Amino acid sequence: MANKTGNNAHTLNRRRFLLETAVTACGVSLFGAGLAFYARQAKGLPPLVVRPPGALPEADFLGACIRCGLCVRDCPYNTLRLAELGEAVAIGTPYFVARAIPCEMCEDIPCIKACPTGALNHELTEITEARMGLAVLVDQETCLNFLGLRCDVCYRVCPLLDEAITLDAQHNRRTDKHTMFLPVVHSDYCTGCGKCEYACVLEVAAIKVFPQQLVKGKLGEHYRKGWEEKEKAGGSLIKGIIDLPDRLPEGGL
Amino acid sequence: MKQFKWLLLRRLMQLLVLGVFLLGPWFGVWIVKGNLAASLTLDTLPLTDPYVSLQSLLAGHIPEIIGLLGALIVVIFYLLVGGRVYCSWVCPINIITDAAASLRERLDIKNTIQFSRTSRYWILGMSLIVSWLTATIAWEFLNPVSMLFRGIVFGMGLTYGIVVAIFLFDLLLSHRGWCGHLCPVGAFYSILGKFSLLRVNANQRDQCDDCMDCFRVCPEPQVIKPALKGTASPIILSPNCTNCGQCIDVCKQDVFRFGTRVLNLSKNDR
Repeated sequence: MANKTGNNAHTLNRRRFLLETAVTACGVSLFGAGLAFYARQAKGLPPLVVRPPGALPEADFLGACIRCGLCVRDCPYNTLRLAELGEAVAIGTPYFVARAIPCEMCEDIPCIKACPTGALNHELTEITEARMGLAVLVDQETCLNFLGLRCDVCYRVCPLLDEAITLDAQHNRRTDKHTMFLPVVHSDYCTGCGKCEYACVLEVAAIKVFPQQLVKGKLGEHYRKGWEEKEKAGGSLIKGIIDLPDRLPEGGL
Repeated sequence: MKQFKWLLLRRLMQLLVLGVFLLGPWFGVWIVKGNLAASLTLDTLPLTDPYVSLQSLLAGHIPEIIGLLGALIVVIFYLLVGGRVYCSWVCPINIITDAAASLRERLDIKNTIQFSRTSRYWILGMSLIVSWLTATIAWEFLNPVSMLFRGIVFGMGLTYGIVVAIFLFDLLLSHRGWCGHLCPVGAFYSILGKFSLLRVNANQRDQCDDCMDCFRVCPEPQVIKPALKGTASPIILSPNCTNCGQCIDVCKQDVFRFGTRVLNLSKNDR
């Protein structure tokens, strides 16, 4: 008899234990699912936020950056800051806003050297090869050069003058006798430092730096540019002229 | 004074850790740079949080050697002194939850949501799995410990809200709820300190007069009983003990003292 009740108590205890474990496991799983959704969402970067030089692509960055702020501390220009709770950037991660303080492109890249995790890739040793973002002249209606003036400020302040931004001379059709010098950004050279956006004289900058993936197009892998192929081959790829039959509208011209 | 000895030492240490990190940004004296996630002391000593590093590894990222080295140094330190020394001697949230617990007692608030003390290990496991699944350092999106510390050193933002939330949670909803039941950082450091050398022991347990003061002040009271009331070793061996020393402070019979897992330190004094 005593043995029986003992067994019962044992079963009850086990049942209670299993139930409590199930409740905890269930609660924590739900919590975890919420956290996972939040983590995935956090990978979106707001458009005007720029990561420090050498930052891994955003999807990898959030698994690599431990939010220690050592890059912030070693930035000599106080450009970098850590995202605070409530900001749209993943909390604790380093970023800068070009219009506030742009990157001065230090030759020794102290922010990368300070990073203990490699979230800022230590393989980047040449600052001109950094791709923090890409400058885009977003508003041709307000850019003074597009209005026919010689502002040129973005072009002048660019650390890669005549490479990352060039001036493209075009006929001014409004006055019909002047030339417009249109700033053109070249993604082969632009590091996304943001000096152009910072220096733009307008109340709201007409040229802005965006994350690369937001603004950069991509040709199909199979696309070939005829003129480049021709140069590579050292001549036309097609032997002789293909003469297609002329087609005229019925009844002649 | 004696009855607050370890409490005062702990608060001093917690403020000292914060203070040394603040010397740089406030006064331009750069002894330490960074925060609790990773820091560099005197441009030579790297320290990295091993729990954050583990999540990063699971997210698929291998850190630089200096980051791994920093984590190794921290791991070795807490292997010796007890993982949860981090909780009671370093963590800034501890000050908040201790305050909530003492106010809770003063206001005589009895009702509490009872979480299992193993919840934190579940949450720890969950944070590691989510880190792996989402390739992010998942707990750092929520971790109030790093949020508060980073907030003080780098800029608070809305972190005050988190601090108030934790305080109210521990005060009104759950007795010692956060640090004692849910926080996976504490769970991680518990596991880390499972075999640690430094331990509180109840070597004078025959002097115990059952006043229950130690159980009342202890943030993890379940750890005391086997050592104080059992017949086996008087050493508190549970990895959940935070080595805060409050039992030593509060005991009028001088039952407890710091020692090691094998022999007592300072056997003859006091």
